[in-house]
Amino acid sequence: MDEIDRSIINQLQRGFPICERPYEEAANSLGISEADLIGRIESLLEDKTLTRFGPMYQIEKAGGAFTLAAMSIPEDEFDKVAEQVNQFPEIAHNYERVHKLNMWFVLGTESPEEIASTIERIEQETGYKVYNMPKLEEFYVGLYFPV
Amino acid sequence: MSKTNTVATLNDIQQQALKCAIQGGLPIDSRPYLRLAEMIGGSEQQVINCIEEWTNNGLIKRFGLVVKHHKLGYNANAMVVWNVPNDLVDEIGERIKQSGLVTLCYRRPRRLPDWNYNLFCMIHGKDRGQVLEQLEELKAACQLVGIEHDILFSYKQFKQCGGRFHKQHSQAPSTQWNIEKKAVNHG
Repeated sequence: MDEIDRSIINQLQRGFPICERPYEEAANSLGISEADLIGRIESLLEDKTLTRFGPMYQIEKAGGAFTLAAMSIPEDEFDKVAEQVNQFPEIAHNYERVHKLNMWFVLGTESPEEIASTIERIEQETGYKVYNMPKLEEFYVGLYFPV
Repeated sequence: MSKTNTVATLNDIQQQALKCAIQGGLPIDSRPYLRLAEMIGGSEQQVINCIEEWTNNGLIKRFGLVVKHHKLGYNANAMVVWNVPNDLVDEIGERIKQSGLVTLCYRRPRRLPDWNYNLFCMIHGKDRGQVLEQLEELKAACQLVGIEHDILFSYKQFKQCGGRFHKQHSQAPSTQWNIEKKAVNHG
């Protein structure tokens, strides 16, 4: 990754032009050619530095739902339960964290009702309680990772 | 190319198809909105107007690159949780937002007796030391000293994908579901 890649990552995390030739417009502001920008974005996607290049939806506005949920799993059961939980396509990501509540995952579903039913199915499948902690108020979201 | 000022909006089916078409990513092509228009049977201008509208009305929060932060050297991520008196949550949430030291700040419900925290932040850093420094800075900047809190570092990430949101149709394959089978260890 060179300086130009860095400036692409920093600038295009913040937004992307919506016009007929957006890559050309973005390339101009970065001082490179459109072909160079397209090639670099392709490489960054290929080596998995970028997960994707597109919209971040406000799920709730689209009728879908998200929640954060946690479980408390004994150490010797952890891997087995993680595997069971990760089988669910509704799980967006799942982290082991250092706490009594040691498994934390985000659920994304197409409707709010599906959150409750998915949690129920996870509890049945694993035999452990799921603590549902939905977002009640959003003060700040700014997932920006400068490099 | 001549453009009229009155571009008919995309119909519901086209809009749904467009949501699906872009959720996995924008075409990497010098005319990406034209490519999308061809996919859904609309015009380039209609697609541009529609995505602009979604950006303005908040359906799309942000339109741009989504990075894998671990690949960029952000190896430590901590969830910092606070037990804030209910009548102070808004004020403190606002202060944390202003500080610029966190990547997220949400109010969530307590789950007593096992979980008594109601304000959640995420702090991302290059390593744990940096995250802890940022936490100290946050406490000082937002007058949080003395408020009960806990810091939950991540140990392993098992899965990351976008969550199931717009049902995929059988056309463009999406990169959305490249689930990592391999656990990622974080220091």
